[in-house]
Amino acid sequence: MRSIRYREAVREAIAEEMERDDSVVLLGEEVGHYQGAYKVTEGLLERFGERRIVDTPIAEAGFAGIGIGAALVGLRPIVEFMTWNFSFVAFDQIVQNAAKIFQMSGGTVKVPIVFRGPNGAARQVAAQHSHAVEPFYASVPGLLVVAPSIPRDAKGLLKSAIRDDNPVIFLEGETLYAIRGEVPDPSADELIPLGVARVAREGSDVTVVAWGRPYHTAMEAAERLAADGIACEVIDPRTIRPLDEETIVRSVRKTHRCVVVHEHWPYGGPGAEIVDRIQREAFDDLDAPVLRVSSLDVPMPYAAHLEERVLPSVERVVEAVRRVCYR
Amino acid sequence: MATSESEPRIDGAAARPGEASAYSVEQREALVPLYRTMLLIRRFEEEAARAYAQGKIGGFLHLYIGQEAVAVGAEAALRRDDYVFQTYRDHGTALARGTSARACMAELYGKDTGCSRGLGGSMHFFDASRHFFGGYGIVGGHVALAAGAAFKAKYRGEDRVSVCFLGEGAINIGGFHEAASLAGLWKLPLVLVVENNSYAMGTPFSRSSPVEDITRKAAGYGMAGDRFEGHDVLLVRDRIAQAVARARAGEGPTLVEVLTYRFRGHSMSDPGKYRTREEVEERKRFDPVPLARARLLGWGIDESRLRALEQSVEDEVADAVRFAETSAPAREDVMRACVLAERASDAGGRA
Ligand SMILES: Cc1ncc(C[n+]2csc(CCOP(=O)(O)OP(=O)(O)O)c2C)c(N)n1
Repeated sequence: MRSIRYREAVREAIAEEMERDDSVVLLGEEVGHYQGAYKVTEGLLERFGERRIVDTPIAEAGFAGIGIGAALVGLRPIVEFMTWNFSFVAFDQIVQNAAKIFQMSGGTVKVPIVFRGPNGAARQVAAQHSHAVEPFYASVPGLLVVAPSIPRDAKGLLKSAIRDDNPVIFLEGETLYAIRGEVPDPSADELIPLGVARVAREGSDVTVVAWGRPYHTAMEAAERLAADGIACEVIDPRTIRPLDEETIVRSVRKTHRCVVVHEHWPYGGPGAEIVDRIQREAFDDLDAPVLRVSSLDVPMPYAAHLEERVLPSVERVVEAVRRVCYR
Repeated sequence: MATSESEPRIDGAAARPGEASAYSVEQREALVPLYRTMLLIRRFEEEAARAYAQGKIGGFLHLYIGQEAVAVGAEAALRRDDYVFQTYRDHGTALARGTSARACMAELYGKDTGCSRGLGGSMHFFDASRHFFGGYGIVGGHVALAAGAAFKAKYRGEDRVSVCFLGEGAINIGGFHEAASLAGLWKLPLVLVVENNSYAMGTPFSRSSPVEDITRKAAGYGMAGDRFEGHDVLLVRDRIAQAVARARAGEGPTLVEVLTYRFRGHSMSDPGKYRTREEVEERKRFDPVPLARARLLGWGIDESRLRALEQSVEDEVADAVRFAETSAPAREDVMRACVLAERASDAGGRA
């Protein structure tokens, strides 16, 4: 299989779906002429023209709302947030409109739209530019939340998201964009279903659940722990909502121990949700409390060494795994 | 390139012929410190860019180079106790307010001695002691804050003014519209200074606004409007002074559009393919820093005096770099303590 970068995988998914369906249109800041703030949309303007690759002014609530409005009446917009930090000014549109219209209309009006962009911390961009937003959106019924960690999943999940008739929150990562991985040829038209987790690494001693950037941290920790004779089973949920509880619980029933690694803050959120489901569904199978490794409970500091301290690290994952294994 | 009708461009090369006689000696002298501050900002940022290239500064670094006359001219129109708010492009504003080059450089280096103790970085300079209430990262998000400071001044019956700098890229977003709506309605002592540097990242203004003159919005908000070129620091000072005077007199806010230009990329990572080298070179003819110098010379100010002043700027910047490099790093205990302010219950007070 060929190997491409995460950003190319996202770009291919967009291009293939635009090729297939004229109702797919991309709106966002600097997506066209500038070729994308993170070069994800490079070349798309040349390929699809200004009718379908729409550069917007800085007005997130406006273009998110325009995307939702167009979705109500037949388009399938992809709305790019330059980063998810800028989605907060459009929060009202996403939560009050995108997530609610299907229900408010008694199931008669669908909202097929994808909101996408990089999520989480980049490097030293400080308090206002470093949010892992999944807790905010995953708490809302009426939204789907997807967070692919590797190129193949980014492509296959984005294609499914674009074809889905519901609003999808699609979380990429600035620090993920350059990651390479195997992705099937465009001719395969691979669709990866939303709501299905991936067992990234099999192991019998402890289950580690992680997505986004911390997924790579967890994989590295698993490698290091393997050298010490601790076999981690790493599960990437891929979709945060709906959550593939079955795959996670099945694994915990096997390993009897679990660590959840996530970039969002420790108070609540998907990390706590996963722990809650495990304690309900696999209480009798657990040999240790389920632990979480998260960002520290502070706004992100600018200084590099402090940022490193705040984000989940390989060392902290290793330590948590050792604790649940009592060794 | 947008050119204001009311204020034709002067040539950048020198002072206008016979101009010196139009200014008193005191007025001419007043340009000297303004030139110095502009040069300080320029040299500070050139050194910051160098340190960034060496990996000593990280994250986003948005340089103000080319726009110095706006911050410095505006500052000269303000009282020290007026409030100031800025975007992430905030180094010039802090330095103009009087925050030390040491504290600014240390912030960029992520040091405990920085003006935000290394927690904020380039985008989030603060100096509350000088009533500079910050650099903000979310476009449009700080405009209402500045209106809030103006609200406080009015509430307390103070004759203080609040000034908010923003980019022309911010005029479409809700945060701007809502803040301007309320400030106009309540006649708050606010001056909105739109620094129209022609580009919002890679988007030329012509692709983000169907109307060339931003101050046409002022009428709808019930505000005064003023629009002028921003490369002449004295002109900036005098025009913003009019808006400040209106605000101080209780006549309400003004929407000011200053036509300026950034010579560097949007941030350090901007490849800058959206404009030509020629365009940038053409705009450098209106570089506010050499323009002010040429004017001083044209007015007969001694070059040796300027050289001494320029040397003092070099020394100040070199000292700031040394200070930043040798300062202690930002502290984890400070990071942990800076989540919530001390609460009455912590201090033993009763809830
Ligand atoms: C709400 C929001 N959307 C997008 C961004 C990303 N962004 C940062 S600066 C910028 C361009 C702003 O241009 P302008 O307002 O003209 O100010 P300038 O950078 O030219 O000083 C953009 C799009 C942001 N910070 N906030």
